[in-house]
Amino acid sequence: MDDLYREVIIEHYKNPSYRGKLDPHDITFADNNPLCGDHIQIDLRVDADGKVADARFDGHGCAISQASADLLMESIIGQPLEEVKKLNKDSILEMLGIDLGPVRLKCALLSLKVLKAGVYGLGEASDALVE
Amino acid sequence: MLNTDLIRKDFPILERVTASGARVTYLDSTATSQKPLAVIEAMSDFYRRSNANIHRGVHTLAEESTALYENAREKIAEFIHAPSARQIIYTRNTTESINLVAYSWARANLKAGDLVILTEMEHHSNLVPWHMLAAERGIELDFIPVTADGLLDLDAYRSLLARDPKLVSFTHMSNVLGTVNPAAEIIRLARDVGAVTLVDAAQSVPHLAVDVQSLDADFLAFSAHKMCGPTGIGALYGKAALLESMPPFLGGGDMIKEVKLRSFRPNTLPHKFEAGTPAIAEAVGFGAAVDYLTKIGMDKIAAHEHEITEYALERLEEIPGVKVFGPSADKKGGVAAFTLEGVHPHDVAQILDQDGIAVRAGHHCAQPLHEKFGIPATSRASFYLYNTKEEVDLLVNGIYKVKKMFS
Repeated sequence: MDDLYREVIIEHYKNPSYRGKLDPHDITFADNNPLCGDHIQIDLRVDADGKVADARFDGHGCAISQASADLLMESIIGQPLEEVKKLNKDSILEMLGIDLGPVRLKCALLSLKVLKAGVYGLGEASDALVE
Repeated sequence: MLNTDLIRKDFPILERVTASGARVTYLDSTATSQKPLAVIEAMSDFYRRSNANIHRGVHTLAEESTALYENAREKIAEFIHAPSARQIIYTRNTTESINLVAYSWARANLKAGDLVILTEMEHHSNLVPWHMLAAERGIELDFIPVTADGLLDLDAYRSLLARDPKLVSFTHMSNVLGTVNPAAEIIRLARDVGAVTLVDAAQSVPHLAVDVQSLDADFLAFSAHKMCGPTGIGALYGKAALLESMPPFLGGGDMIKEVKLRSFRPNTLPHKFEAGTPAIAEAVGFGAAVDYLTKIGMDKIAAHEHEITEYALERLEEIPGVKVFGPSADKKGGVAAFTLEGVHPHDVAQILDQDGIAVRAGHHCAQPLHEKFGIPATSRASFYLYNTKEEVDLLVNGIYKVKKMFS
């Protein structure tokens, strides 16, 4: 359980590298976690080859949701959008390096849901996107 | 103070040890209370000895089940001082009770432009049914504002009353701020302008002695599971004349007097509103919960919770970075919703859980209220008859641990 708050998570929560907004951007999307009101917005710039040139997240939430958003931004910069579409629950858990119960899993996966809803141009960040 | 050493023996779950090896410190009774042996055994005995479907059967078990089901209704009526048991409608929970009023009474009595007054401190269950009705019927909604110290602004309420409201629906006790609203006064003022009143008593009936006749409430809704009873059952109290005049809510078995291929005649109260096989064992458990609370005494329970709450507010407020929401202890029930600077409530709750301390984190189904205070979420500790000051100390030590982890 202490693992849940291992240093890397607290560090990314307190000092995120990719918090902010991109203006202009090619893709932007925001949604909430209805459970706790966590909110995440993600802005992306995509280059001519279809790769993520830059990525930022903004919003508020718990350490798990904010740290996973920061780690996610770090991991997708330079990646083709086609690769981003393949990310799922396991990719996030691997990044965080922890195991999560069903409630906290929702916090961890919010940023990926928002990201994928944005990439696919959907109106809502649904659970189906990360399974 | 209640003798918690004795009371805690009635609640086997309080001996539970969590994965981390800590004994559970249950500070989440506002979400749902724990259940005493008396309730667990009443339900288990029902299934072991008496189980049968109610009302239609004539065999021994059916007679016995029916008697137990109706006997529980009598106990519940007495508990809130209802004039008669037929004014107690079994529902699934407070939410369904409110929806029953919204679907049956409101759809028969409200039209486009009619004003319904709610408050800014409502649980979603007393907002969304009215949003749905507003979308369907074009009724108007307005809200009694909440002041900075977590009370209803009664002057603003008086101005709203000048607009000829048809219904005033409000929470007796806030599940976030803990505020105990002056229900009798709110109802009296509503009555003066001819408005019907609905009280969301989900948090008050479990914690305070509630008397529907002295309140003069038209409708009052509550759930068993927050008052030591099982989940899956709640009640709606209503004034007899109103309930009589209302069309049925759900259609099906038990709510009918006579059915033809193309028509039906509804049953009398309370059965008119109870379609289908109900939660029978749960009703029996509900009755046992009422017996249990009555035996201890609602006034004693309220006094115990008051003392714990006073102590909790005092201890929480001395922690740097902690902000507790809601009024002072004399104006509220056993609820302490708080924020800790720099740490999200989810993280607070998760780290407390390491020591077995169960608090809730989120918006507690009161998103508009949180918005009003400009915060997305709070952590909430809540207290009931089995909680102790030692548990408040454990909570406070836990919060210091959280601070250290995030410092």
